[in-house]
Amino acid sequence: MADKILKELTIRVWRQKDAKSKGKLESYKINNISGGTSFLEMLDILNEELIEKGTEPIAFDHDCREGICGMCSLFIDGRAHGPDDDITTCQLHMRKFEEGATITIEPWRAGAFPVIKDLIVDRMAFEKVLQSGGYISVNTGGVPDGNAIPISYDDAEEAMDAAACIGCGACVATCKNSSAMLFVSAKVSHLAKLPQGRVEATRRAKNMVAKMDELGFGNCTNTGACEVECPKGISIANIARLNREFLCATIKE
Amino acid sequence: MSSFLSSSIGKKLIMSLSGLFLIVFVLVHLILNSFLLFDSTGELFNAGAHFMSLPIIRFGLQPVLFGGFIIHIIYAITLTLQNMKARPQKYAVQNLKDSSTWSSRNMFVLGGLVLVFIAMHLMHFFVPIQIQGNVHDDAQLVKALFADESLGLVYTGLYVLGGILLGLHLAHGFWSAFQSIGFSNKIWRIRLEKVSYFYAIFIAAGFIIIPLYLHFFA
Repeated sequence: MADKILKELTIRVWRQKDAKSKGKLESYKINNISGGTSFLEMLDILNEELIEKGTEPIAFDHDCREGICGMCSLFIDGRAHGPDDDITTCQLHMRKFEEGATITIEPWRAGAFPVIKDLIVDRMAFEKVLQSGGYISVNTGGVPDGNAIPISYDDAEEAMDAAACIGCGACVATCKNSSAMLFVSAKVSHLAKLPQGRVEATRRAKNMVAKMDELGFGNCTNTGACEVECPKGISIANIARLNREFLCATIKE
Repeated sequence: MSSFLSSSIGKKLIMSLSGLFLIVFVLVHLILNSFLLFDSTGELFNAGAHFMSLPIIRFGLQPVLFGGFIIHIIYAITLTLQNMKARPQKYAVQNLKDSSTWSSRNMFVLGGLVLVFIAMHLMHFFVPIQIQGNVHDDAQLVKALFADESLGLVYTGLYVLGGILLGLHLAHGFWSAFQSIGFSNKIWRIRLEKVSYFYAIFIAAGFIIIPLYLHFFA
């Protein structure tokens, strides 16, 4: 089956020389893009054309290009990871766009995610939140027996669903308040549902929330936009759990 | 404890608890107002208004109520200012209509408009009845406002608008309060959202019907 060919597209993209420069949106034309081209491949093609013309190529984050690493970002036509559901930008294909369309591409916008260059933002804030408690401390040793610690099916499933978070930052980018609650709640939840994670649960919830607040993320207003745009479909039920964990941690102290 | 109250989740908890308190208050308020529908002589409503003017209510419960409002408003302003600061550079294009409801994104604006409405409402009824205390027939005061020949229709319109704004605010606020407390999961969220919409429509419809009835039928 022949893919549709988009004869002409206008790409409005955020260009910013470095972290200190003031950026602006610039427009480029791109022709004859096959519908089967992924969004990042389209940017690769555009970049090759820019290089041939002697223009600085557009810088953007990417790595695995199979939707599992969490490296790609991009705010496309006003939505994190573009118009398709439950996918990252690398899994978005040009068939989702119409002939002659103008596509606006911006970096994630949040005070905690400063732009480094063009479409690349510094997501180190997420690592700092993880460093403050997103782990378990165990004495290393042999591999424990799989059946030694019984975990109910439901708990295992919920933990696994929360663990699907790839830390891309779409939740922060989408949230009108730049809140990181979905990310933090996923990282707290996948450990909170398992016995290994319960040991440090109190400390974890308190420290991770404190770090999140300190880094300048906004406050959650439960709009639910994050779970719609999350490429992994992380539920805001995790945010309710984080709220519970945090309140319990406060009461216990 | 101070770190809890200054944390984002702590502040959200205060928002939700004060919000739930006000949610209960609007229901009590609506029940009292509904006396105007059920008794055209106004005696039932006057008895209710009289009860609400008893010293134990005026000096015991009213300060708590005003405190609830003030806390809800102060924390709303604090949280909203922080949220605005969290994104110094705005998007050129942002499309949120596919991912969230309009009322959930505009809670601060809706709350502000409800506050403006409440200020007007207090001037109409609370000040003459409770502060000046020179009203003998409270029901007549209410009826006179909406049945006024020149401005009755305007007041009726404003009170209908107030009911709609409150309903929109509650549609998100009700279930959101439970989410912030932590009382929600995948199953309960759906239930809470349904209850939230039902409650919002019930309250809004109640507050809308009363002025309409008094203007057109009483």
